[in-house]
Amino acid sequence: MNTRIAILALLLVTSTAARAQQAPQSGNILVQNATVLTITQGTLTNADILILDGKIAALGEEISPPEEATVIDATGLYVMPGIIDAHSHIGISTVNEPTAPVTAQVSVGDVLNPYSVSIYRALAGGVTTSHVMHGSANVIGGQNETIKHRWGMTDPAALRMTGAPRTIKFALGENPTRVHGRGNSVRPASRMGVEYVLRETFSKAERYREAWEQYEERARTDARAIPPPYNEQLEVITDILAGDILIHCHSYRADEILMLLDVLEDFGIDRVTFQHVNEGFKIAPELAAFGKYGAAASVFADWWAYKFEVYYSTAYNAAILTRNGVLTSINSDSGELNRHLYHEAAKSQKYGDLSDDEALALITINPAKQLGIEDRVGSIEVGKDGDLALFTAHPLSIYAIPQKTIIDGRVYFDRDRDPDDVRLQVNPEAAIDIAVLHEKYDHQACLEDASLTVYDLVQELE
Amino acid sequence: MMAFILSLILTTGLVATPAPDSVVALTNARIVTVTGDTIERGTLVMERDVIVALGPDVPIPQSARVIDCAGLTIYPGLIDSGTQIGLVEIGSLAETRDASELGDLSPQMKALTAVNPNGVAIPVTRISGVTTVLTEPSGGMLPGQAALINLHGYTPKQMYAGFEGVVLRFPRTGRRGRFDRRSDEDVQKAADKARKKLDDAWDGAELYHRIDSTYRAAPEQGRRPEYVPSMATLLPVIHGKQTLIIYVDTAKDIEAAIKWVEERKIQKVVFSGLAEGWRVANKLAAANIPCLVGPVLSVPTRSSDRYDKAYANASLLHQAGVTVALRSDDTANARNLPYHAGFAATYGLGKEAALRAVTIVPAEIFGVANRIGSLEIGKEATLFVADGDPFETRTRIHHVFIAGYDIPMESRHTRLYDEFLSRDPALKKHERN
Repeated sequence: MNTRIAILALLLVTSTAARAQQAPQSGNILVQNATVLTITQGTLTNADILILDGKIAALGEEISPPEEATVIDATGLYVMPGIIDAHSHIGISTVNEPTAPVTAQVSVGDVLNPYSVSIYRALAGGVTTSHVMHGSANVIGGQNETIKHRWGMTDPAALRMTGAPRTIKFALGENPTRVHGRGNSVRPASRMGVEYVLRETFSKAERYREAWEQYEERARTDARAIPPPYNEQLEVITDILAGDILIHCHSYRADEILMLLDVLEDFGIDRVTFQHVNEGFKIAPELAAFGKYGAAASVFADWWAYKFEVYYSTAYNAAILTRNGVLTSINSDSGELNRHLYHEAAKSQKYGDLSDDEALALITINPAKQLGIEDRVGSIEVGKDGDLALFTAHPLSIYAIPQKTIIDGRVYFDRDRDPDDVRLQVNPEAAIDIAVLHEKYDHQACLEDASLTVYDLVQELE
Repeated sequence: MMAFILSLILTTGLVATPAPDSVVALTNARIVTVTGDTIERGTLVMERDVIVALGPDVPIPQSARVIDCAGLTIYPGLIDSGTQIGLVEIGSLAETRDASELGDLSPQMKALTAVNPNGVAIPVTRISGVTTVLTEPSGGMLPGQAALINLHGYTPKQMYAGFEGVVLRFPRTGRRGRFDRRSDEDVQKAADKARKKLDDAWDGAELYHRIDSTYRAAPEQGRRPEYVPSMATLLPVIHGKQTLIIYVDTAKDIEAAIKWVEERKIQKVVFSGLAEGWRVANKLAAANIPCLVGPVLSVPTRSSDRYDKAYANASLLHQAGVTVALRSDDTANARNLPYHAGFAATYGLGKEAALRAVTIVPAEIFGVANRIGSLEIGKEATLFVADGDPFETRTRIHHVFIAGYDIPMESRHTRLYDEFLSRDPALKKHERN
């Protein structure tokens, strides 16, 4: 029996390896006769999109195909920019470094797993870019990684979206207070403690920066000046204070969000995106008015009531935020939801009457702005990356099926050529008929690996 | 007619207070009856809790409150075949969860008892057109009895929709989600142990049944059997009078459950979950066991499976000839049932079969098709009125009636929207006009 499984596995490995090698294509594609939802420049009918060397080179009617370009007849299809998920935990082998309330020195970019099938499944939902985040166990968690779903590339570095700004995970409320305060008797155990972990850490980083500045000043004249002790964590915090790392903060309640806005203002930080932010609707004017740019919000379409801090929620959150001028996106935080973000965005029409472009902006240009990659992705414009999602119907319709997903002008998902088994790596010793069943409380993903408490919680919920 | 209506009222228990308008006519509507032809333009008249007239050319009673439904469509209320509405208020707070009792074998526990008629999810769900749900207990192997409830009423009895089934969570060989990191061997061992426990329990129930029958045949000759609540609860299942709902997901478990049902000669049985039903669709069809399938919006069970298998599962089962109803397997978001149905429709099931899978098919499976699941004269006026395809997110639902009660179209979610869309004061007091 084991031999049979091994042979089968070997066959799979060889067949998938062959496919993996096919992935690098030329990056030249002409998409013809599509309905093109550019997001920023309206909707074009019977339009062509030419991608050369991975970048959108032309957009218009009857573009003649250059040599060496793959031509895709998109008659009857809808094309939108590749979907961007501003909050995901796919494609990494671990989510949380939960050992301390501040772990800014770690990065999920170090644990990218290009073999994770969840990357392919996201692609099959038209998602081309994911903001892969550290978990929410810590007040200041690890750094995140913005990836493109280049399925088939086995080098983890090939997933990175090179040039995307650095981002870091913060978390307020129940998760950090449960893991540290209640789980390990370490502050914070309350929302008061969360504020002071932030203020103390920022203040230490200011001192650290001053010490280095003083040293550098002295070192100019004094060759024997002694540098202060190097601290990787405070280096990262210093970069946050300098605005070089964007904050993405897991948060739910209005009060804790206002708290962070006050702290950031005191430390001169003016860019922040709140994640989940279920009570963002309560303080939409404050979010919109924050700093130079306003504070952004990345929300669920309709998740609520899975814990107390999301009990007073409304699915109209995205619409209220949008109408009040807050830069808003809809994210998944889930390897299930991320496969139908177009449907999640469509719910903003049920809950608050957003227009088609407003609804689609929630999963394209808006998250791109929140991640600082709006000059590269998030809309169909000449000069931007050739990242497209092709649908059989308008992507806000329940009857739309993602048909092809293109990244950098290369087709990474094609429903017409979609094999049953896409795995790139098969463990020949694993039993083949063990299934992983649906997890009811999947949106605890943020706390995966965080602690025994969470495992117990899931057991309890079972 | 009145006698018929009266008997319906008595059996549903909805005798509390009559609706303010006891006769309501929905006019100029498109009427999707589900079981009969769709009426492109017609009138539906309800009196108290019952549909009394329906058709393209129906006289409107003088006493009727008339709601002009021009441009709108009437559908029967949607039925979700698997939720924990009323039992679970906040997912992570044990104090607000009443779905699980201690012990592995507690079929005597009744979900209906613990249904909170004021659960916040109830209005949230029903204004999305989901009027009726199966609410199910979940702890242990025999966690209790699931109940079909209408999402309106001030007491569980008023909500009760006429079906209770004993739940069996069939021993699982699968993993319990991504957090479950047991070895393959440990997973199998746990399943074997659970299976032995089930067989022992059922041997006990059958023995209890034999003793009970013998005693009942001649009470004067024997000793009355000791009262064992769990066993006593299983008697109606063993007699074939009550439905056993078996929760089962993986292919191997489904096959084992089919065999077990045959061996134990369970007469009334329904399967629920069926994540891997598509792998054994023909066997399920041959066994002629109705299936409550879902969630549709779910990931495949194995990394080697095609990405859309969960979406296509209901369709593959339907094509094989299995009777399929859909379940959201959700509580706070059971309101998404129409979208589960929409995805199933898109990935092969088709709109018509998908609509049936959330209306008449579950009504038939639960034995309440004489009352709900379609728009027919004599059936309960449990329906909703929408301005388009109920599976599309852009569609608005304008009215919901549950057993004739005109449901207010509001919930916590809509009220917060009304309050906060244009908050006043905004940033500063007296800033906004």
